[in-house]
Amino acid sequence: MNVDLSALDLSRSGDLLVALAPELLLTLAALVVLLVVAWRHRTPQDLRRAGWVTLAGLGVAALATWFLWWNVARASGIAAMIAVDDFRFVADWLFLGTAALTVLVSFRYLEREELWAPEYYVLLLFATLGMTLMAGAEDLMVLFLGLELMSVSVYVLAGINRRSAPAAEAALKYFLLGAFASGFLLYGIALVYGATATTNFTLIGVQVATLGLQHDTMLLLGLGLLLVGFGFKVAAVPFHMWAPDVYDGSPTPVTGYMATAVKAAAFAALFRLLGEAFGAVPAWREIVWWLAVATMVVGNLIALAQRSFKRMLAYSSIAHAGYLLVAVAAGTAAGSAAFVFYLVAYTLMTVAAFALLAAKGTGGERDVAIDDLAGLAQRRPWLAFALAVCMLSLLGFPGTAGFIGKWYILVAAVAAGQGLLAAILVLASVISAGYYLPVIMAMYMKPEPGEQAHAGMQLGPLGNAVVAVSVAGLLFFGVRPNRLLEIARTSGASVRVAPAVSSSAPPAARDASGR
Amino acid sequence: MLLGPALFVSAALFTLGVFGVLLRRNAIVIFMCVELMLNAVNLTFVALAQRLGVAGQLFVFFVMAVAAAEAAVGLAIVLAIYRHKGTVNLQNIDLLKG
Repeated sequence: MNVDLSALDLSRSGDLLVALAPELLLTLAALVVLLVVAWRHRTPQDLRRAGWVTLAGLGVAALATWFLWWNVARASGIAAMIAVDDFRFVADWLFLGTAALTVLVSFRYLEREELWAPEYYVLLLFATLGMTLMAGAEDLMVLFLGLELMSVSVYVLAGINRRSAPAAEAALKYFLLGAFASGFLLYGIALVYGATATTNFTLIGVQVATLGLQHDTMLLLGLGLLLVGFGFKVAAVPFHMWAPDVYDGSPTPVTGYMATAVKAAAFAALFRLLGEAFGAVPAWREIVWWLAVATMVVGNLIALAQRSFKRMLAYSSIAHAGYLLVAVAAGTAAGSAAFVFYLVAYTLMTVAAFALLAAKGTGGERDVAIDDLAGLAQRRPWLAFALAVCMLSLLGFPGTAGFIGKWYILVAAVAAGQGLLAAILVLASVISAGYYLPVIMAMYMKPEPGEQAHAGMQLGPLGNAVVAVSVAGLLFFGVRPNRLLEIARTSGASVRVAPAVSSSAPPAARDASGR
Repeated sequence: MLLGPALFVSAALFTLGVFGVLLRRNAIVIFMCVELMLNAVNLTFVALAQRLGVAGQLFVFFVMAVAAAEAAVGLAIVLAIYRHKGTVNLQNIDLLKG
């Protein structure tokens, strides 16, 4: 088998196998874990073994991704089902890394909550597989299948704790609204297919350009429905009402996974879709603009009113979806690097924050109020420090990766002529200080309520490693962002931009599209 | 060809499904309305595929498979909530609020 990595011909099965190696290995890993837990699923030992096998599978998939990235693998044809570019590789790493961090946090959590359900890891692997397909999707069909594979797995993960009524309720709400959103997304896909006669991103872009479809009613309706579907998936206001309840009721490691990887996958797919297929359609920019404004303002304002730490983080993650939408609204050229950088920073800080919450919440992390963290700095200085770094990074304080990410989003928005949007982002960040800083104040300035108030707060060695890695990453990228920024820039630039509409497109050609 | 009427009927079915999801309070009925939405989309795909080629019909098969998977998971979740609350009426399912 002779494979030229720099020009993979995806119509040949050998080349296709190489291009899909990370996804195929991930599928294999999921099936292996499924077999392992089918035979061994009774003791805590079995649970841990399933976790380690999962980690190994994620590692192998990450290595395969690295191999493709290192050899600068590219596809040579134009109309493939799957993209082979840096954006996909970087997004895959992000998903695989988040999944690995989630697995490490879950070891202790599952034992503490006595969730003897090793299928947890299988579902996690399948969800991650769905995400990698979404980030690599070059066709609406692959996008839809990846999205559903991810969503269906995460519906189950949300309700994996069958003894918990809130978890069942969270799973029900997530399922009903997720399926509802899928309906919108699918109708959008159908209408776009009806308008352009194709489901391939690049070909949609070509059709829009050659037939001059950018004001076509059917296409715009389809685009609007697609945005509604994605709005639900990334929890953008006004499609956010499910998010706080679902994040609140789900097991905390799953919540961390949903707030980071699931959201990042939806964003990655949205970014590629808007850039490659609808780059020449101006209508979506305005819609995304309003979504971004509403999401930032509403998310931050409601977060101010929260007393529960978990709900506060849930609303904070809604607000961060708004910041990412600003990067999307800034457009492919300017916003892509900022977008990828912020996704990485956001993932690190959110995973660490949820891991710390899971450690604090022995016997019900839903009840942890912000005031319950009082005096943590005296009792557990390192954990308090880690949480403080996460909060400052979420706030966008200089010296953390959150600041650099926000800064680049601002620069991109201003460069794209979205000055007002940038101003609203800054104002929203100022509001967010009103709920991030009280956490730090509680930890460092308030006395410990009782002698044993933080006695149960244990992360375990693996959880400690997760938090240490995340915090170190946040501080490192906050001071030396150049390398990550370079990767973000090349990966963002690798997303093909849709061709511009030629003004000379004959209006008569629209009838030739066959409708 | 009946493209226009088929698209109209599927749009009407889809709207019916959306309003059903928004207005009904029983989890099972809401789920049925979601299925109605998905099948309205299937009708759109089949109608469009007559003119635009086989991709639309292919899509319908995927949608059917996914809808079946969703139904399996969804009904299991509905069962789980029934065990806890003894009802599948969303008005009585209100532990998470704030």
